[in-house]
Amino acid sequence: MVFGMSVPMTLLGLLEREPSHGYDLKRDYDTFFSRGKPLPFGQVYATLSRLVRDGKIVVGEVEPGVGPERKRYVITERGATEVESWLTEPVEAEPNLQTVLFTKVVLALMLGRPAEEYLDIQRATHLRRMKELTEIKRAGNLVDTMLADHGLFHLEADLHWIDTTAARLDALAKEVRG
Amino acid sequence: MTAVEARDVKLSFGETPALRGASVAVEPGEIVAVMGPSGSGKSTLLHCLAGILVPDAGEIHFDGHRIDTLSEHRRSVLRRDRFGFVFQSGQLVPELTAEENVALPLLLNGVKRAAALKEARPWFERLDLAGLERRRSGELSGGQAQRVALARGLVARPGALFADEPTGALDSLTGEQVMDLLVSSAREQGTTVVLVTHDARVAAYADRQVIVRDGKVNALVSA
Repeated sequence: MVFGMSVPMTLLGLLEREPSHGYDLKRDYDTFFSRGKPLPFGQVYATLSRLVRDGKIVVGEVEPGVGPERKRYVITERGATEVESWLTEPVEAEPNLQTVLFTKVVLALMLGRPAEEYLDIQRATHLRRMKELTEIKRAGNLVDTMLADHGLFHLEADLHWIDTTAARLDALAKEVRG
Repeated sequence: MTAVEARDVKLSFGETPALRGASVAVEPGEIVAVMGPSGSGKSTLLHCLAGILVPDAGEIHFDGHRIDTLSEHRRSVLRRDRFGFVFQSGQLVPELTAEENVALPLLLNGVKRAAALKEARPWFERLDLAGLERRRSGELSGGQAQRVALARGLVARPGALFADEPTGALDSLTGEQVMDLLVSSAREQGTTVVLVTHDARVAAYADRQVIVRDGKVNALVSA
């Protein structure tokens, strides 16, 4: 599932904003990214453990009390580098990737990163794929044309979303930065 | 050497800046789509590249020569002799037949009528318009009229073809047929094409896309 792949990155990004606890991370995630499907606590802690294991975050001060939710997680240099490259890297231009794009844009705005540049890079990736599909269409038979058209219409819808989002970035930034 | 180039072009309409330092270079035989939101300055850029508008600052080059400093008369001759144009719609002369419309650039260049019509006729076969040679523009569908306009834009084998939303008035399937023919014909003749469109599916027919935003060409998004 595409969305599942971006959970670790989203949590990392939230931790780049500020060190945080598992409970607060879940709350922020659910507020901005879950779109009606709250992230289970189990997944939050499993993801955080993996991120610790991989050296992308460390456990900072442990506050008095018991239970894993008292741990305060801090991003490492390695983790921050990974967030940076994930945001910069365009998503492969395939249909139905709105969720990943959406997550990237909101996270970039939260972190004060150049969301518009990321959208530009994504737009270029989409246009390149549309050009490839158009070439397939021009060279191929009707079956190829129909398949290419299906991809083209989806990519076109993504592009409309990218353009509209780019035009609304200022307002969106205000909303997600609170 | 580039075929068509704008260097740091600025142009305002009264107090309103349309271009704020736009630069773009198109290679010979290249097909470039200029995209951008409404009011971004993309059509103004096309008109500057085509020598229709003269920028307030910056330079326009065609085929190694600076053209923005030429007199209005010399630019007009350049447009007639070396450039072809296709616009959104309504560009055919209604009193002329389709084949006379196609032959028009040749007639204006001083080619004799019989020779000009002889040159015009093969385009009807090439653009799937056979049998429509004697029709007037009112008797053609939108897609047919646009293909006649395309033939007229290319018949004199121009160095550059400038197309401003050439499929803007057509449904998407007809628009794609026009684009397919535009690209094949331009490639066959080696004509450089600058195409303005807001439609990504149309732009995808070009070799390269650039985006005009706030009067500048966004280099980052060159795909």
